[in-house]
Amino acid sequence: MQKIIKNGMIYDPLNNIDGEKMDICIDNGKIVDSVANDAEVIDASGKIVMAGGVDPHTHIAGAKVNVGRMYRPEDSKRDVMARGGGMRAGSGFSVPSTFMTGYRYAQMGYTTAMEAAMPPLLARHTHEEFHDMPIIDHAAFPLFGNNWFIMKYLKEGDLDKTAAYSAWLLRATKGYAIKIVNPAGTEAWAWGGNVHGINDPVPYFDVTGADIIKGLAEVNEMLGLPHAIHLHCNDLGHPGNYETTIASFDIPKNIVPKPKYGHRDKILYATHVQFHCYGGTNWRDFVSAAPKVADYVNKSDHIVIDIGQVTLDETTTMTADGPMEYDLHSLNGLKWANCDVEMETGSGVVPFIYAARAPVPASQWGVGMELFLEIKDPRKICLTTDSPNAGPFTRYPRVMAWLMSNKYRMNLIENELHKWAQTKTTVATLDREYSLYEIAQVTRATSAKVLGLSDTKGHLGVGADADIAVYDINPETQDLSAEYMAVEKAFSNAAYVLKDGEIVVLDGTMVKPDLYGRTYWINTKYKPEVEQEVLVDVEKWFRQYYSVNFENYPVQEDYIPRSVPLLGDSVPGEASGKEPAIEGASK
Amino acid sequence: MSEIILNPKVQPQVPLEAQNVTPDMFAGKSIDEIKNIEIWFGNEQVSLSEFFDVEGESADNASEIKIIIDGDVDNTKRIGQGMTAGEIVIKGNTSMYVGSEMEGGKITVEGDAGPWAGRDMKGGELTIMGDAGDYIGSSYRGDWRGMSGGVLTVYGNAGNEIAEYMLGGKLVVKGNVRIMPGVHMNGGTLIIGGDVIARTGGEMKGGTIVVKGIIDEFLPGFEFLGVEKDIEIDGELLEGNYFKFKGDNATKGAGGIIYAATKGNAHIAP
Ligand SMILES: [Zn+2]
Repeated sequence: MQKIIKNGMIYDPLNNIDGEKMDICIDNGKIVDSVANDAEVIDASGKIVMAGGVDPHTHIAGAKVNVGRMYRPEDSKRDVMARGGGMRAGSGFSVPSTFMTGYRYAQMGYTTAMEAAMPPLLARHTHEEFHDMPIIDHAAFPLFGNNWFIMKYLKEGDLDKTAAYSAWLLRATKGYAIKIVNPAGTEAWAWGGNVHGINDPVPYFDVTGADIIKGLAEVNEMLGLPHAIHLHCNDLGHPGNYETTIASFDIPKNIVPKPKYGHRDKILYATHVQFHCYGGTNWRDFVSAAPKVADYVNKSDHIVIDIGQVTLDETTTMTADGPMEYDLHSLNGLKWANCDVEMETGSGVVPFIYAARAPVPASQWGVGMELFLEIKDPRKICLTTDSPNAGPFTRYPRVMAWLMSNKYRMNLIENELHKWAQTKTTVATLDREYSLYEIAQVTRATSAKVLGLSDTKGHLGVGADADIAVYDINPETQDLSAEYMAVEKAFSNAAYVLKDGEIVVLDGTMVKPDLYGRTYWINTKYKPEVEQEVLVDVEKWFRQYYSVNFENYPVQEDYIPRSVPLLGDSVPGEASGKEPAIEGASK
Repeated sequence: MSEIILNPKVQPQVPLEAQNVTPDMFAGKSIDEIKNIEIWFGNEQVSLSEFFDVEGESADNASEIKIIIDGDVDNTKRIGQGMTAGEIVIKGNTSMYVGSEMEGGKITVEGDAGPWAGRDMKGGELTIMGDAGDYIGSSYRGDWRGMSGGVLTVYGNAGNEIAEYMLGGKLVVKGNVRIMPGVHMNGGTLIIGGDVIARTGGEMKGGTIVVKGIIDEFLPGFEFLGVEKDIEIDGELLEGNYFKFKGDNATKGAGGIIYAATKGNAHIAP
C-alpha cells in the first residue's frame, strides 16, 4: 500500500532539511521518490514530521529489567493499562511490562530502541522479552567490560584472541555492540570491592579499566562494528569523578573508526554522562563539572555522548555496575537486588526518588541540562534518561520541552528545585533553547548515525525505512518556548506514527498494536583459525565454571522472529532470505 | 445523617471489588444512580444493583452519608477504599482491603475482615469487631511507605505481618496476632492485647509496639532498656509492668520501641 504524507514541515538533520514543507512518499515500508495518484494521503498540514525516534540507550528487556518489575509491585501500580483495542493489558511506571513498553515508545513516535546492557548468559531471556515487545526495532548490547575471557586475553596482550572471542560472543548472544560498564569494577565487586579510576587493576586478572577500554576500542574497529564501543565509565555518581570521565574519553581518541556497515565517524559512545560530571570530593563540597566535560566534548571529534537526564521522578535504577548499586542502597536504604553473572558481569537494582526539593537530585537535573546546553554541536549528543535509571523513557517529551523552553526550566528552577541547582550548577545562567531541528538531531539523527543504522533509520530520505512520526506542533503559529506544555503533550502523543509504512499510532492511540520489530545483531567472525583456538579455552572454562553447557549457551537464529544480521554474508534486511511476515511475528 | 442500605443478594464465587462503595462516590447521587454505580465482578463491571438491593436516602455531601451493608459480604473486596468522610457499617463479614487507603470518616465491620484491611490508611477510623486477616494496616505489597494515620481497631485476633512498614497512626488488636507484627515499622503505635507467635518488630526503625500478652519467640536485635510500670502511650495509660526494648539493631538507624508485659514474658528478659 502506497502512502503520501502531505504538507508537513520536515525536520530531517541527516538530510539537512530544517522545517521545509515537503511531501514524504511511502511504498512497501520504505521512503521512496514518488507514489501513484491513488496513494493514501496523510494530511500533515500545520504539523511537523520527523523520522521515528531512535533510542540508543535504554533498559527495556532482560533479567535485571524483570527483577525491577517483579520486586516493585508498588511501581506497577502507578501506571496500569487495561486490555483493549487489540492491546494487551500492562503495568509499570518506571519498569513497564514488555507489551506496554512497545506501545509507550510508539505513542511518542519512537520506533527503534536499544537494550543497553545484556548479560551474555541471559541473552536468551532478553530476546524472549523482545518477542513480546511490539512495534519497536531493537538490539541488545552484551556486556564485555568485566568478562573473564576478555580480561584474560587482554592480560596476555592478545588482541587477535580478544577480537575472535568478541565476534563469537556477539554471534552467540545475537548481540549488537560492545558494552563496557565500570570496566574492572564489576569484577572487583565479585571480590567485595570496586576499582577507583581507570588505573586501578582488577583482582587476579590485573588489567585496568584503561586497558579494557583501549583493548575493546581496538577490537571494535578490528571487527568493523557499526556502533562504537558503548562505555559506562568508572566511578559513576561519585563527586570528583569527572577526571576519570575525561581520562576515559581520552583513551581511544587516536584509534580510527572503520565500520564495515553504516556511517559512524566516532570511536567512542559514552553513556549517561550526567552521572559522570561531578566535581568536589564529597556531597558537601560537590560542584558540577559539566562545563569541563562539555568543553572536552566541544574540542573533540571522536566522541558522542548521551546525557542520562534526571527527570525528577521516583524510578528504578538498574545497572551492571554492581558496586554502584550497593553504594546507592547504602545511601537511600531502599530495597536492593544484587546478582553475580558467573564469569561475565554482575548487576544491581535499587529504587530511587529524585525529589526536586532534595539538593542532590536538583543538582543532577542541572548537570544534565548543562551538558545539553553547553555542548555546542547536537551531533555529539543523544537525548536519554538512561531509562529507567535517571527517569523513565516516557519522560522524553518533558526533556524535549525543557530543552526548547528556558521559561519552563526557569519555572522549575525558581519554584520547585532545591537551590543547589543554582548554586552547584550553572543551569540558571544558560538561556539557550533547542530548535525543532536540534531536537530531531538529538532524538533520531545522532543516535541512528552512531549506531551505524543511518542508512535506514533516523532520517526521511529515499531508501529509509518508513518509520515516521508526525506531531501536532506548528512552529508557524505557536511560540514553542512559551507553549511548553503543548509541546510536551504533542511529543507524548504523536498525531501519526508509521512503522514500516503502516500507521500504528493515530492521535496518540495505538491503532495497530500487533506489529513486531526487527532484531539487529552482528554476524561476524574474526580469523576463523584464531576463533578455533579461542573456543578451546571457552569450552574448557564452560566445563570448569559455567552453570550451563557450552552447547546450550548460544541463542540460535531461529529464536529471532525478525532477524537482521549485519556484517555477515547475508544482506541486511533479508536475513537468511526468510524474514517472517511482519504481522503477528511473535506468534 | 442520610442512611443508604445495601442488602446483599447472593455473594458470587468470583470476588466483587467494590471500591466504588464509599460515601464519596454516593454523594450527590440519587438512589437510582447509586444502583447503577459500577463494581467489578471478576474482570467485568456490573451495576451495584446486580448484587445489592439499594434503598434509603442519599445526600449531597459524603460527610452526611451513612452506608449500611446489611449482611455478610464475605466475597466483596475494597469496601470503603480511599473514603474521606461519612460512615460505613458492615453488619457481617467482609473480604480483603476494607478501608484501604482511607483518609477520613468511619468504617465499622461487625463481623470479620479479610487481609489488608486499612492498608495504606491515612486517616479516619476503621473498627473490626471480629477477627482480621494478614497485613492489616500495612503498606502496598513492595512499598516501604505504609499506614500513616488514622485508627484501626480489631476486637478479635489478627494474622501475620500486621502494621508492616507502618509510618503513623494507631493500630490496636485486642486479641492475638501471628508472626512479625510491626515488621519494618518506621512510626506510629501498635498495641497488641493478646499473644504474638514470633518476631515482633523485625527490622523496625521507629514507632512503638506494646504487647500485653506473651511473645513466644523474641528477636535478638533488641536492646533491653529496663522495666517500666504503668506506661503512657498516645495519652492512654496502660497499667502493669513492661520490659522495654529498643531495636531492631539488625537494621541501620534502629530506634523502635517494644514494650512487652513482664507477666508471662520472663523468657525474653535478659
Ligand atoms: Zn544504562
